[in-house]
Amino acid sequence: MPEETGAQTAVVDTAVAAYVLRLGDDTLIASHRLAELVASAPQLEEDVAVANISLDLLGQARSLLSYAGRTEEQLTGVLRTEDDLAYLRSENQFVNCRLVELPNTDFAHTVVRQLLFSGFVFELYSELADSTDETVAGIAGKAVKEVSYHRDHAARWTARLGDGTEESARRMEAALDTAWPYVAELFTDDDVTRTVAEAGVGVNPSKLRPAWDAFVDRTLQSARLERPRVPPITGLAGMSGRDGVHTEAFGYLVAEMQHLHRSHPGASW
Amino acid sequence: MVTRRELTIGEIRELAAAVPDPEMPMLTLDDLGILRDVRRDASGTVTVTITPTYSGCPALDAIGEDIRGCLAERGETAVEVRTRLSPPWSTDWISAEGRRKLAEHGIAPPPERGATTGGTFVPLSVRCPNCGSPRTRELSRFGATACRAIHVCAACGEPFDHVKPL
Repeated sequence: MPEETGAQTAVVDTAVAAYVLRLGDDTLIASHRLAELVASAPQLEEDVAVANISLDLLGQARSLLSYAGRTEEQLTGVLRTEDDLAYLRSENQFVNCRLVELPNTDFAHTVVRQLLFSGFVFELYSELADSTDETVAGIAGKAVKEVSYHRDHAARWTARLGDGTEESARRMEAALDTAWPYVAELFTDDDVTRTVAEAGVGVNPSKLRPAWDAFVDRTLQSARLERPRVPPITGLAGMSGRDGVHTEAFGYLVAEMQHLHRSHPGASW
Repeated sequence: MVTRRELTIGEIRELAAAVPDPEMPMLTLDDLGILRDVRRDASGTVTVTITPTYSGCPALDAIGEDIRGCLAERGETAVEVRTRLSPPWSTDWISAEGRRKLAEHGIAPPPERGATTGGTFVPLSVRCPNCGSPRTRELSRFGATACRAIHVCAACGEPFDHVKPL
């Protein structure tokens, strides 16, 4: 029954487009937050490090957003390029997790956000490298090698600051308390993840939790830090970043990220 | 009337392979191991496929331009440069000649992992490209380009770049 096959494919393609858009948004926003620190990191070497990590993430985001746009085009007939997706959507059209949009506040907040996020994408890309979708597998297989450096960088800073001075430890604890409520969102399965997981294209993120827990616990232990005891935080009406519901800080990020492109459409140098 | 002879695939590959990397110009694309494929389709269009070292490598656009430029000089104007991510680039693909040139220019080459016999991977210390001492330490895992880290030598005191393993 060809019609049913066609309908089934459309359902999967719709989910793949939505899924890859999430991955692209996560990476783009994580990259932008780090880019904010360029020229204002606490030391010169760290300035170079955040710039490099941000650049890796931006490269990954470009591949992911381009692919999300091309997949969507097959369904709608309208192509949105990586630039269209990054610069011409409004705040509530972004589907990134809220963790990556949390502001830098102080360096401990940056380190904790990077620790939790790169720990997550490391496990995610390790799985996606075996995706049945060649493009997804290619992007993930490339990215996992880079993310392994990012994760290690964050883990080393966590150990230095957590097991550093009283002040650095206090700040790491505060940063963990701030970021932790947004962890649950990373591992929430829904119709999109279930559809792509069934097709072998993606994974249900709940599957990644045990490996992530082991990594985070090991790192916190090495830093003499404790896992925070704070409950998850949901957005308006139980919705989250995946539904386009974001934190207050996100609107400012989007405004800054997009203003040049929107003020000078087509600008190049 | 003189007509220019169409280049063979072998000649095109040789030209593309000799294009220097914009960020480490002592290395050619061949030394770096990023040239994947060269082919010509029925209409005569040449497609050169390269692979990025890192996802966000900003040199990639410049490399594409350089390939097109050097082929255009030889009369090949219908050239498309494509990128391919899979399998992902590894520093193991840097040629022996490339490693030698890096060291000669003061950049410590990546470790040769292909030479290990399996078992546990124990990273050897990075030798100082200036004085050859193994007494060096990592100053920063991230350096001037995506593929480099910064080390410093305890023997001669010089800081130096190291192409970190990927």
